[in-house]
Amino acid sequence: MKRYIVKRICISAATLLVILLILFLMLELMPGSPFNDEKLTQSQVALLNAKYGLDKPVFIRFLNYVKNMLSGDFGVSYTISKNTSITTLLSTRLPISIRIGGQAVLMGTVVGLILGLIAALNHNTILDTLTTVISVLGVSLPSYVFALGLSYTLGYQFKWFPLLYQQQEAVKSSVLPTISLAMFTVATVARFTRTEMLEVLGSDYMLLAESKGLPGWRLILIHGLRNALIPIVTVLAPLVVSLMTGSLVVEKIFSIPGIGSLLVTAIQSNDYNVIVTLAFIYSAMYIGIMLAVDILYGLIDPRIRLAKEDDYEQS
Amino acid sequence: MNKDKVLSIRDLSISFQTSAGEVNAIRGVNLDLYQGETLAIVGESGSGKSVTVKAIMGILSGNGKIKSGTIDFTSRKSGEEVKEALLSYSKKEMRRRINGRRIAMVFQDPMTSLNPTMPIGSQIMEGMRYHYKTNKKEAYEKAVKLLDLVGITEPEKRMKSYPHQLSGGMRQRVVIAIALSCDPEILICDEPTTALDVTIQAKILELIKEIQKKTGISVIYITHDLGVVAKVADYVAVMYAGKVVEKGLSEEIFYEPRHPYTWGLLSAMPDLNTDDEVLYTIPGSPFNLLNKTEGDAFAERNRFALNIDYRLEPPMFQITETHYAATWLLHENAPAVSMPEALKERIKRMGEEVDLRGGE
Ligand SMILES: Nc1ncnc2c1ncn2[C@@H]1O[C@H](COP(=O)(O)OP(=O)(O)OP(=O)(O)O)[C@@H](O)[C@H]1O
Ligand SMILES: [Mg+2]
Repeated sequence: MKRYIVKRICISAATLLVILLILFLMLELMPGSPFNDEKLTQSQVALLNAKYGLDKPVFIRFLNYVKNMLSGDFGVSYTISKNTSITTLLSTRLPISIRIGGQAVLMGTVVGLILGLIAALNHNTILDTLTTVISVLGVSLPSYVFALGLSYTLGYQFKWFPLLYQQQEAVKSSVLPTISLAMFTVATVARFTRTEMLEVLGSDYMLLAESKGLPGWRLILIHGLRNALIPIVTVLAPLVVSLMTGSLVVEKIFSIPGIGSLLVTAIQSNDYNVIVTLAFIYSAMYIGIMLAVDILYGLIDPRIRLAKEDDYEQS
Repeated sequence: MNKDKVLSIRDLSISFQTSAGEVNAIRGVNLDLYQGETLAIVGESGSGKSVTVKAIMGILSGNGKIKSGTIDFTSRKSGEEVKEALLSYSKKEMRRRINGRRIAMVFQDPMTSLNPTMPIGSQIMEGMRYHYKTNKKEAYEKAVKLLDLVGITEPEKRMKSYPHQLSGGMRQRVVIAIALSCDPEILICDEPTTALDVTIQAKILELIKEIQKKTGISVIYITHDLGVVAKVADYVAVMYAGKVVEKGLSEEIFYEPRHPYTWGLLSAMPDLNTDDEVLYTIPGSPFNLLNKTEGDAFAERNRFALNIDYRLEPPMFQITETHYAATWLLHENAPAVSMPEALKERIKRMGEEVDLRGGE
């Protein structure tokens, strides 16, 4: 298992590097230069180029770029907030987005699992129907519909939660965006859990476990859920991606000062450096999730884990 | 007979609610299992063998309903007789008191009956840990011993294996080890060898017999292979369409069968010594349990059927103290019909073979 994880981490790091290279080259191919002020003379530009290392070959500059990035230096913003370093720009925004996104992932999977379990254990009863209705709604309505609906009812009419994000009420403000974002995940995970759990409950090994006289919780959690989780884990990665895209809209609706709204603004105002940095961050998050899912998959299913280990032994 | 009864099923009826209607899977079954003996239940696919034993374990599927009957379990483990009415227990009570710990079961398909995500050692230890609160070390040691007992080499190494790393025969041995882990008083084997290939079948069968000899456990053995029955059973019950149509001591069923359905089963049994014979099959297909029965469910496939068979279901006629059959042919007014000549020949041959081998 260790070798499997190490290998997966190496692959992920390599993928990230390739993405970074592509982003870097895209920046390279962008027309113009940072020093296109008409007052600068030719020699002054050359001096500046030398100072910032822009006279070096592309390869060296890429290495520098990676080095800077690893030390947390993503360059400066051009238009949104002139000459502020992107690191400063992100330092307040990234945590907000990660918190809301993380909460949504957590809520989505946990609530989804619980709903799916309830539906499967109460197959063909009113509870089952109810969760099916929730799933269908959650899958078919986009997150902004929930965002608008929630802010109208819980925000505007009941005034339980602020309509727009407020820095001083960070936790309370994050509730509605989290729910809106999580609904799709809740629905999808619930539907999957129900189907998989029903299949597992009808399996021979569940019958054997029951005939061993194990207590109910052990049957459901250790013998049932663990096996049902295997296919559920595979849908997690795409779900997280859809959650990231959803966050762009939801952050706008609730005026959340996160990276989603920053990306939208940056695209609108052609702030290349910011766009590239955010694109990189999104890719990194996605690859991180894939890695986590892969490792989780191996942890849950010994067939995968051992098959991979056997591969290593042979090769 | 003054043998000790361990399990006694009386008038058991079970139906399943399905989209096509109510399936009357079990219709008034009476069976007894005696201490240290093997009761074999035989019959075609769909005759209700599995449903009967699942009812004993309280693991019928959700749409199954017990319509009538009792299942009494008499335990002598503590030295005195304790009688329990199993059907009065809830599923939860069954799991806590009976399942695994006092009655254990081995299922048909070892490829699917082990949890794929749990090492086999844990699957064996689980029952002891839960039922007897055995500590980890003792449970581990006992599990290793059990693996050894069921004939798995290098048991310590195998404890950590996952089911997919074992062959079908090995997996069935593991399932048997799981069943034996809590020292149950009854072992139910539901076609334990059907999914295995022939050489392994014989080995698993040997294993079960050996275990019975060592532990004195009472066994219910389900199969549709009469050859297997001859090897293991003390007492045989033949089931058809949710009923026991004939039951008796193993010798009585093999040498003096009285029900035309049993005749059919015996004639359909492959005979290893004569290969020129065309294999007999019982005509028609199994009775559809969705239909209401009028008369004998076997009548349509029975070439000895009497008129009354189409109108009235036959009662159980007693032939000897231990031998019963449900066929109108045993009624005092019935015409004298005896079993087909070819079968008579066959039975005679079988008897001689057994004698030649020294009366096995
Ligand atoms: N869950 C269920 N729902 C509906 N019908 C069922 C259910 N379980 C069993 N039955 C029906 O009950 C009858 C008896 O089934 P059972 O499994 O006991 O047969 P069997 O004798 O064990 O056959 P086999 O040799 O194929 O295992 C069958 O007709 C089957 O269709
Ligand atoms: Mg069966």
